[in-house]
Amino acid sequence: MNRTKPKLAIHKFSSCDGCQLALLNLGESLLELPKYVDITHFAEAGPNNPNAKVDIALVEGSISTPDDIERIKQVRENSAYLIAIGACATTGGLQALANLADRDAWMAAVYARSDTIETLSSSTAISEHVKVDLELHGCPVNSQQVTAALADLLVGVKPVSERQPLCMECKRKGVVCTMVTKGEPCMGPVTRTGCGALCPSLGRACYSCYGPAETVNDGALAQRLQSLGLTTEAVARRFLFITSGAPPFRDAGLRLRPPPLETDE
Amino acid sequence: MSAQHIAARRPGFMERERLQGFLDVFRLLGYRTLGPVVEEETIQWREVDTIDALPTGVHARQGAGEYHLEVQSDNRLFAWNHGPQAIKPLLFSAEETLWHERLMADGQVDIKQTLPEVKPTAIFGVRACDLAALALQDRHFLSQQNPDPHYRIRREALFLIGVDCAFSAATCFCTSTGDGPSLGEGFDIGMAELDDGYLAWGGSAKGGEIIDGLSLEPATEAQLNSMIQETDRAAAQQHRFLPGETELKQLYDKLNHGHWDEVGERCLSCGNCTAVCPTCFCYSTGYQRTLDGRSAEMKRQWDSCFSQTHSSMGQFMLRRETALRYRQWLTHKLAGWQEQFGRSGCVGCGRCITWCPVGIDLTQAVAALLDGGLADV
Ligand code: SF4
Ligand code: SF4
Ligand code: SF4
Ligand code: SF4
Repeated sequence: MNRTKPKLAIHKFSSCDGCQLALLNLGESLLELPKYVDITHFAEAGPNNPNAKVDIALVEGSISTPDDIERIKQVRENSAYLIAIGACATTGGLQALANLADRDAWMAAVYARSDTIETLSSSTAISEHVKVDLELHGCPVNSQQVTAALADLLVGVKPVSERQPLCMECKRKGVVCTMVTKGEPCMGPVTRTGCGALCPSLGRACYSCYGPAETVNDGALAQRLQSLGLTTEAVARRFLFITSGAPPFRDAGLRLRPPPLETDE
Repeated sequence: MSAQHIAARRPGFMERERLQGFLDVFRLLGYRTLGPVVEEETIQWREVDTIDALPTGVHARQGAGEYHLEVQSDNRLFAWNHGPQAIKPLLFSAEETLWHERLMADGQVDIKQTLPEVKPTAIFGVRACDLAALALQDRHFLSQQNPDPHYRIRREALFLIGVDCAFSAATCFCTSTGDGPSLGEGFDIGMAELDDGYLAWGGSAKGGEIIDGLSLEPATEAQLNSMIQETDRAAAQQHRFLPGETELKQLYDKLNHGHWDEVGERCLSCGNCTAVCPTCFCYSTGYQRTLDGRSAEMKRQWDSCFSQTHSSMGQFMLRRETALRYRQWLTHKLAGWQEQFGRSGCVGCGRCITWCPVGIDLTQAVAALLDGGLADV
């Protein structure tokens, strides 16, 4: 059998590289991967060929600069199937917090000179710029989910993305509910599964690095979090955190913390 | 507890000091012994070799969306009601592989069923509601035409040691469903905890043999009376209830009641209630493939009628709104099961109330739906 292997590229946009690191941490299955795909571009690991045409592209990071916009269009054009991986690529990431703040003031506070920095007025998900075929969430992404999606694609099956609330995962794993037993301000009921209920399994509340689940009843959860003693502002911050750019969370957060009215001084 | 009930038990008395020896019998017979153990601030089924591992004086304080253990000065080992899970996860596994498929060199597909390897398992301290739930799960998974092999293998390995409930949690309402607090049927050995020891009696042939082997003194009149008082106290502690089954069937006449939307506003669609319910049996299946594209595992995992996919057919979703999912759950559990299994699917354990992150209480929902409104308790 002399079939050419499908080509795979791994691209980075505005991000911390954590999702690429998660892929590197795959260990054995990462070594196995080149048997079935030809990795043409993965700068973090070596191969550097960003403009090659590929069958599958994994895209890490959000769109936050004018250059990002041009590059993502190119990547889309070059890729038959595009998978956005991680919180940045699927929601705009932690850096999307600046979308809700005074970006110029933040830049002035952080950098000695901000006039050399070229940035867009917002950090946004890949899907807001080009068609995305599959989104895999998390900060970082669960690399097992990535290989499962690749395994599906390699045999021509459409991968499915997990969307149920994290609570289902807690119960399947036999993890005791931190909210019911300890009053932890858990975001699990509105957060999608995928991490294996990592934080609750360590007795902690989920802070929703995977972003919104299929159903988000933010009002009911906010009420419960407030009854656990959180202030309205603290509840708003639970929604406006790693995945604040995801519309259900952004809207929930802004309902709790309406933006200040514009005033002319 | 009816006189008939008590007469049928004919229990013997086992002093507290003999409990360890009783536990040892099962180990000697080759059983893995599971019992209640405090873990992560809850009661969990874990392997126990010594009775010191059992929770002395531990009571569970439960409320809507609340669960806390408290230690009281009594020396009771079975004062707790109850853990986050009944015995459902030990039989109907939350996640498991059903079979392996492998593409052979000749193009044929080799399919191998993967059956669980289980040791005979004795469970100490199973409650009446959990046994009633088990009977319902048996009817579902062990139907004559299509018994579930994975469930059956685990089920056949079980030896059940039931215990009467001497206390009730605030969320318990088994008295109104008729499933507790005293043991009904479905156990191999039944026990009742008294201040100075245990009454024990056989519930099956194999349980009876073990009890006979212990040569216990027959219980005295006073001990029998204490046994009744214990469960009477538990029953008197219950203040939640469900109406009878005929009334529950009327839920089908309330499909357009405004209360569904009220619950829908509060419900998170998180599925906790179905996951902790000892009678819920829904699951989903899916393939997990290997990268070489030559083999796959068929996985099954707990699903819930609160998930979107549960009512999805292709692109079409039957129950978009949470209110409709809650309505599906409640009407199926309390009315639909009566048609399917000849009884309601609720055994009054109250777990769905306790483990609901926002404390939604089905007994209140039913009261509001059937009576047109009851104030929140
Ligand atoms: S710990 Fe959080 S995610 Fe887990 S069941 Fe409780 S609320 Fe849901
Ligand atoms: S529990 Fe929540 S915050 Fe923790 S890893 Fe999972 S999704 Fe992220
Ligand atoms: S519906 Fe609730 S109270 Fe009834 S058996 Fe299920 S979990 Fe227990
Ligand atoms: S009733 Fe409670 S536990 Fe059940 S899905 Fe709704 S919020 Fe979750």
